[in-house]
Amino acid sequence: MADRITLQVARYRPDAGPEQTFQEYEIPCRKEWSVLDGLNYIKDHVDGTLAYRWSCRMGICGSCGMNVNGEPKLTCGTFLSHCGSGPVRIEPLRNFPIIRDLIVDISDFMRKLVSVKPWVIRAIEKPLSEGEYRQTPQQHDEYKQFSMCINCMICYSACPVYALDPHFIGPAAIALAQRYNLDSRDEGNAERMDVLSQHEGIWDCTFVGECTKVCPKNVDPAGAIQRYKLSAALDTMTSFFMPRGGR
Amino acid sequence: MTPTHDVVLVGGGGAGLRAAIAIAESNPRLSIAVVSKVYPMRSHTVSAEGGSAGAIAPDDSIDEHAYDTVSGGDWLSDQNAVEAFVKEGPEELLRLERWGCPWSREPDGRIAVRPFGGMKKKRTWFAADKTGFHMLHTLFQTSLKYTSVVRYDEWFVTKLLVDEGRVQGVVALEMATGKVEAITARAVIVCTGGCGKVFPFTTNANIKNGDGMALAYRAGVPLKDMEFVQYHPTGLPFTGILITEAARAEGGLLINKDGYRYLQDYDLGKPEPTPVLRTMELGPRDRLSQAFMKEVAKGRTVDTPYGPVVYLDLRHLGEKLIITKLPLVRELCLEYENLDPITELIPVRPVVHYMMGGIHTDINGATPLAGLYAAGEVACVSINGANRLGSNSLTELLVFGARAGLAAAEHASTQKDVGPAVAAQAKDEQRRLQDLLGKTGGRERIAVLREEMQKTMEESAGIYRAADSLSRGVAKLRELQERYRNVLIEDRSETFNTERTAALELSFMLDVAESMVNSALRREESRGAHQRTDFPARDDRRFLAHSLTRRGSDGSAQVDYLPVTITRWPPAERVYGR
Repeated sequence: MADRITLQVARYRPDAGPEQTFQEYEIPCRKEWSVLDGLNYIKDHVDGTLAYRWSCRMGICGSCGMNVNGEPKLTCGTFLSHCGSGPVRIEPLRNFPIIRDLIVDISDFMRKLVSVKPWVIRAIEKPLSEGEYRQTPQQHDEYKQFSMCINCMICYSACPVYALDPHFIGPAAIALAQRYNLDSRDEGNAERMDVLSQHEGIWDCTFVGECTKVCPKNVDPAGAIQRYKLSAALDTMTSFFMPRGGR
Repeated sequence: MTPTHDVVLVGGGGAGLRAAIAIAESNPRLSIAVVSKVYPMRSHTVSAEGGSAGAIAPDDSIDEHAYDTVSGGDWLSDQNAVEAFVKEGPEELLRLERWGCPWSREPDGRIAVRPFGGMKKKRTWFAADKTGFHMLHTLFQTSLKYTSVVRYDEWFVTKLLVDEGRVQGVVALEMATGKVEAITARAVIVCTGGCGKVFPFTTNANIKNGDGMALAYRAGVPLKDMEFVQYHPTGLPFTGILITEAARAEGGLLINKDGYRYLQDYDLGKPEPTPVLRTMELGPRDRLSQAFMKEVAKGRTVDTPYGPVVYLDLRHLGEKLIITKLPLVRELCLEYENLDPITELIPVRPVVHYMMGGIHTDINGATPLAGLYAAGEVACVSINGANRLGSNSLTELLVFGARAGLAAAEHASTQKDVGPAVAAQAKDEQRRLQDLLGKTGGRERIAVLREEMQKTMEESAGIYRAADSLSRGVAKLRELQERYRNVLIEDRSETFNTERTAALELSFMLDVAESMVNSALRREESRGAHQRTDFPARDDRRFLAHSLTRRGSDGSAQVDYLPVTITRWPPAERVYGR
């Protein structure tokens, strides 16, 4: 690989004008460097004004999602050595309002997350003195993959339905609702179903499965959505499913 | 209008969220603000891997957990705090089970526990090797159901408001807009975690800048035991990404360049084919990191472009165990080292991981400043003494997060409203932050100052220290403080100005770094993670005591001492593997 590479980085600052522009930076290209390392090189040594989020640099905090050459990625886990000879185009995640440069506004997701009640709901709680609720490894496996979501927003960025209909509750929030629905300790299925059913956008999901393809943590939100649709359909066969069944 | 709450939490990681839930449950009428510079689920608790200790196995007892903790801490732990910790730990972990934490289970559905370094029994609860991630998301998602918890996401706290001898709130910068506001409160709990980024090579996330430690220090609150810095023995070279101790608990072996299990040469026991508790690879982190340094001196490590390494060997554990119990280890090795631990050796070296020291608190998280509380890594209660045992910190943030929450709630209920003087302080702080943005003539790049600080810390306050290197560190940090006055800020925008916040973080780190080198220079003994080549023995006569570092009026660090609380375990020799 070459020892230098060019990054084309999207810039946007609302107080400097309404347009997004691209700025090119030629930087050293080291074989260990992630795209995030490249951005940090720019920030530290070339241009202190570049703004982006990052924190853990090990793919678990979910901060550093960006579009890299058109694909939504965690930049800490995407390596410059895999980007050919460049240039590498780095843009903010799609489908969100841009706050500044590579930073997007995710407050819509934060509201949607609360709306699906992502916590254990039970009618009666047994006292702590009686110990744990038993949960076999098989029961654990039922919801395990949906509990792996790091809220990185990459699935929202890839989702064609969310792109068209911002009311769509979206892949990660539905996956997290399913995470609790499928947990043997939880009894909140019906309550969450009510919430999800109010969001008609879900019926527009055509199972293109973009969300599942791009997920850096191998969560299958598309599967969660299909599963949810099926149970919602069975629950409300007459009042809800039929009028839309032909879509 | 100034937003006002009963309790303001600075930081929304494990400790902060546990505190918020404790307050919300104990008194639903109290208004709680969680002010965090990142969205709570981005907090660094997310990166914790191996597990969280709590004695529940039939052959275990809380007394044994206490003894392991006290001996692991080289007798610098306050034993009354340790006793509360081991007693309340299991209930806290069970409470998390109620809230949905996906703890790994035995085939019959009971909670599973695994061995961990320095622990004589299996008592570490785990969620595969993503324990911190699952705990944080469980706490965050559970916190969402309490309407009394108001979040200030991506608000950066720059100052504590103090008047009439009590804390009355904070000043915070809304990062998206640049707006600076006072958020007033009757009690404040600082839960901002550690400060690994004062060192060049650390497992810590970019956000770990000692913000809360510096906020308290500047408000006149002492920092305790800051000389005790934990190096985790197994970090990946270059990135510093942590390979969890659970890898050794499951049977991973540490070998040098000759394939030799070198820990047997350092009074850690004999090599056995399977893990033996409190022995060899399951010794405490301080001793393992020190053994590595001695291997370097003997020329028995492997040189790489990122420094000397030894190897962690998991190959004999087999694919099934690695995939079910250590999936993150494999993921990280594949992604960041381009190797598969099922078939290849993992290069590792010691890496700065955790601060035993922090804001001086009592057993309820209360600091000497009325209304100010602290919990989690930012605080020093102290249960960890001179060396923390792996898997005690996640339990600590639950136990002391809850305790601090309850104590702050109680305090807030008895306090009168915020006084008028804080408005003027907030105005001054607004002006200071504005000036930073409009600053001209700066010539010192943030990254240059930061790198010099990090290099200084590694050279003066690394695994082994001595008076001469520490003295050079003290002088160099003074110089960097001076140079910081000329810091260069190119970014003039009010909108998400990460250069301004990076400058503020650097300033926090410089203060914290000074407290570390000064307390390390004054402690003329070797204990736990603090190893002085010029004072190689533990000295209980002079130093069975916590250091307390206060900030002098000229900004210098002033160190004095506080006796350790001993209840049932008189100081003795630390024994591993025999």
